[in-house]
Parts: sequence; structure tokens; C-alpha cells
Amino acid sequence: MLEIEDLHVEVEGREVLHDINLTIREGETHVLMGPNGSGKTTLLRALMGFGSSRITDGTITFKGHDITKMPIHERAQLGIGLLFQRPPTISGLKLGKLLNVTSHGDTSHVEEYARRMNMDTFLERDVNKGFSGGEIKRSEVLQLMIQKPDFVMLDEPESGVDLENMALVGNAIAGLIEKDQHIISRKKSGLIITHTGYILDYIDADFGHVMCDGTFKCHGNPREILKSIQLKGYKECIECQRV
Amino acid sequence: MSEGMKGFAEINEEDRKRIEMTGLQTGTLEGRSGSFLQVDEHIHHASTDAKGIEILPIADALKRYAWLEDYYWKAVSRDKDEITQYIAAQEPKGYVLIARKGSQTTFPLQTCLFLAKEDIQYVHNIIIAEEGSELHLIAGCASSAQNKNGKHYGVTEIYVGKDAKVTSTMIHTWGETIEVYPRSVTIVEERGVFLSNYVCMVPAKKVQMYPTAELRGEGAVARFSSIMLATPGSYLDTGSRALLSAKGATSELITRAITTGGTIISRGHILGSVRDTKGHIECRALILKDGIIHAIPEIEGRVVDCELSHEAAVGKIAQDEIEYLMARGLSEDEATATIIRGFLDVKISGLPESLQRQIDAAIDAAEKGF
Repeated sequence: MLEIEDLHVEVEGREVLHDINLTIREGETHVLMGPNGSGKTTLLRALMGFGSSRITDGTITFKGHDITKMPIHERAQLGIGLLFQRPPTISGLKLGKLLNVTSHGDTSHVEEYARRMNMDTFLERDVNKGFSGGEIKRSEVLQLMIQKPDFVMLDEPESGVDLENMALVGNAIAGLIEKDQHIISRKKSGLIITHTGYILDYIDADFGHVMCDGTFKCHGNPREILKSIQLKGYKECIECQRV
Repeated sequence: MSEGMKGFAEINEEDRKRIEMTGLQTGTLEGRSGSFLQVDEHIHHASTDAKGIEILPIADALKRYAWLEDYYWKAVSRDKDEITQYIAAQEPKGYVLIARKGSQTTFPLQTCLFLAKEDIQYVHNIIIAEEGSELHLIAGCASSAQNKNGKHYGVTEIYVGKDAKVTSTMIHTWGETIEVYPRSVTIVEERGVFLSNYVCMVPAKKVQMYPTAELRGEGAVARFSSIMLATPGSYLDTGSRALLSAKGATSELITRAITTGGTIISRGHILGSVRDTKGHIECRALILKDGIIHAIPEIEGRVVDCELSHEAAVGKIAQDEIEYLMARGLSEDEATATIIRGFLDVKISGLPESLQRQIDAAIDAAEKGF
């Protein structure tokens, strides 16, 4: 589904990512770990096409299309979705209206999904205005439920979510990437940034990657990587260099 | 067409559409509690079927009610400027609207001032909401597509009595060659509420106005909200002023301004001259294409215990907001229009739903032009 080859990305004139190679096949879920500032969010932003993450070299291929230079909305229309870690506030734009606009005319599920995410009382509120950390994540998941992307990128979906809501968010994300479906019929793929690994309690990820200093330093079983980081920190990963 | 709506039928279809853009109905009175139409200097109708409400041409009203002298040129001074002097020198035209004590209108009353052929249209309107009454007014001002160099001079004196409430929603649909000079003062008595909404989303050569609310009674409230778009060639010098002259008086002046090449001067002045008063000015503006936005908020406190504040911001749409919506599948143009539409979405608490819909429609109609 997604093929990244030799990707180099600059932010404000400084190279943040280099030599990134990654293949994500249909139905696979990958987890991205790494210390703060290592470039994880930059990679997701570059895959989405944001102007501040400038691709200087390499290619991104999605569903057979070279999307390296494609505008953001065309990538979204092609099936890429992003759960923002810190989305902007849009004053005056009601969450309900945004959902209606992005639902491509089929608004039949808006209220049902909003109820499921405990966001039905937020539809008349400005997008992200005064939302708590957990409310932002529920709103982001709700937007993705309406958008229905085939490839879902999640930037720290569990940060700011209290324990009570974690199951709600976790199970909804599992639904987004069809974890409730049998592996053979699963069509959706995911790439998830996580620090805590809580999200792994709700989705079984297939592969884990560790990013340090703007490139992958380790690939392997996500649970094992997480365990090793919990025990020894990222130092071990960097030294191990099992790329 | 009902008898009370005569006059609209004589206006050609194109101009009738322009009038409807200001939120007025030109067919039936359904959903309206009354209607007034003045084309140039000619008054076509002044009618209402609402109990306790009276609307009549000002010349007739002055003959019928001697007491009107206490309201005529009492809020606005005849000598204020050359506009008021000009109007004072003419035969009085315009309307007097009276909401009798305790009367409540469910539907808004509409008034239309239509500039068809004349070089100068002038009006003098007086609105009196007696004690405990509630009046919603939708004032549509438009000019004919054929009028190439008209001017509109207007004086409006509004008296909001004790415990009365007046909402005035004014939607302007002037032309690129029209100049407009409204002069308006509202006097609000004890616990009276005055809400004024002004929407101008289509070009006008020049609009110059600075309506004032004088809060004379304890606990009086005035809220002004203005939503404006200045296209190239438009010059909008507008503002609003609140004089907090009684204990517990509060006021809020809210402006959303956008330029795509025109000029907007957004003034605001709140004067707190007695204790226990409160006022806030908020002006937010976007410059979408090179043009001028000049925000001049003034807050003036003269005693202890008056709380006045202002915030003004002129800027552009944040790139991260555009990219956020693009990531949801909207094109850059769609994302921009969606954000601007949100920016202009100022909900006025206390405004009837039907009037809010008219405001929304006027903004929606302009959305494609951003």
C-alpha cells in the first residue's frame, strides 16, 4: 500500500529525516517509536504532504501512485488519513459542520459516530476550541471515522486520554484499521506513533520501528521493542543498530 | 401580493432580488409583523397587523402625535454635521415605528429603503419601544443596479424604554458607486436591551457611520456586531460607540472584517463615566488580498469600578488551519472558504432564529467571492 524510498526531509532548512525506507502492505499495522525530537511526527507530516516538512530527496508511493509532490487534499482523497497530536483550533467552525463537509454528502452516520465517541454534545462547538486532551483525541478519531481512510496515521493517539476513555479511543482506532476483521479480509493499514504502548492493548501491531536522529535504527516485534525500551531506554536501540 | 405590500411589484425583478438579498420579503407578509417601503423619496407602504405596533410615515406621525416632538431630533442633533443639516432642511421622509407598552412581536418587522433613481435619498426614522415591549427589526437597504451615483443620507433615532428590547438587523446591498451616510443614536433606559447587527458583504463606494448607544438607565445593555467585507473600490468607515452613563450598564462591540482589496476603518469607543459599568471591544480582521484594515478601538474610563477592555487583531488565515482541513480532503480553496465562513460566524445571543438565518444567508452568498 505504502512504499517509502530513501526519503530525506527538511524542516526550516534543516535536515530532520534521512535515508528513510519503509514498506507497509495492505492490512498491516506498524508502530513507530523513538525519543522526543527524533523525527517521528515529521515523517507523518511529510507523508501527509505538509509544507513545513519539505521532501528534498526520495519518493513516496501510495497505492501505486507517486505522491511525493501531491497536494495534501489529493493524498487525503486517495485514502491517507492523519490523527493529529495537536490539531489547531478553528474559531467559528463547528465540529458538526466540519464532519458534514468531509462526509462527501453522506451525513447519515455523523450523529451515530458522534454518540459512539461521546462527542454528540460537541457538534455545535468550535473545532478543538477549549477541548481537553482526551476530547481532542475523540474528536480526531471521530473525524477519521467519517473520512474512512485506507491508510491511517496516528500521532500519539493515547496522549491526554484518561483511563476511562482509553478503551473507547483504542477500540475505535481498532475499528478504523479493521482489527475487528479477519486478517485475510483486512484491507486497511496503519502507522502509529506511541511512547507508552497503551494503544497496543487494543490493536495487535505487526511491525515496530525505532527512530533516532532522523532515521530508523531498529525494526522488529513491537512488543519486544517496547519491552526493551521500557527496561533500558533508547540507548540500547541506538547501539544495537539492528536495521 | 397582499395590499400592505404594494410597491414591491413595481420594482423590476433584478432589483427585487437585490432587495431580497437584504433579508426582506417582497411577496407576502408571512413571517413578518409589518412592512415599510420607501423608494427614493416615495413611501409606498407602511403597514402592520401586529397588535400594539404602529408604523407610519414620519410626516403623518408628526401631524398625528404632538408628543413626538419629544423624540424628533432629540437623540441625534440637527447640527451634528452636513448630513443631518441636509435632512433637517427637507420635508421629513422615513417612518415612525412605535411598539406600545408591553407589546411583543413574534415576527420581525421589515423596513426597506430603496435607492432607485435619485441622486440623494434621505430618510429620518424614529423607533420607539415603550416600557416592556419587544421589537425585532430587519432593515434592508439596497440600491438599484441602474443607479450609478446615488447617495443615501439617513437619520435614525431609537428609544428603548424601561425593560424593553429592540434588535435591529441591517443588511446592506448597495452598489459600487453608492455612498451611504447613516447617522444613528439609540437611547436605552433602565434594563433595556439594544442589539444591533450590521452586515455588509457586497461592494459600496463609501459607507460612513458611527452609530452610538447611550445607556442612560441602570442595567441597560447594548451589543453591536458588525460583519464586513471590503472588495476593491469599497471604503467602509464604520464603528460603534457606547456611552455607559448609568450604573450596571454593559456593552460589547464586536467586529469581523475582511478585505480583498478595499478599505475598512473599524472604529469603536466605549466611555465609562459612572461606576459599576462594563464594556468590551473585539475586532478581528483578515487581509486576504492587499487592502487596508485600520482598527481604532478606544476605551475611556473616567471613574473607579468601570471595567473596559479591547482586543484587536489583523492578520491572515493560519497555514496550519488550512492544512488541517486539507488533510480531511478539502482543497485549498474549500479549506480557506470554510475557515473564513467560521471566522465570520458571530452568533448574537438573544437574536431571533429567523434573523440569524438571514445574516447567515447574506454571508453564505458572499462565500464564493473570498
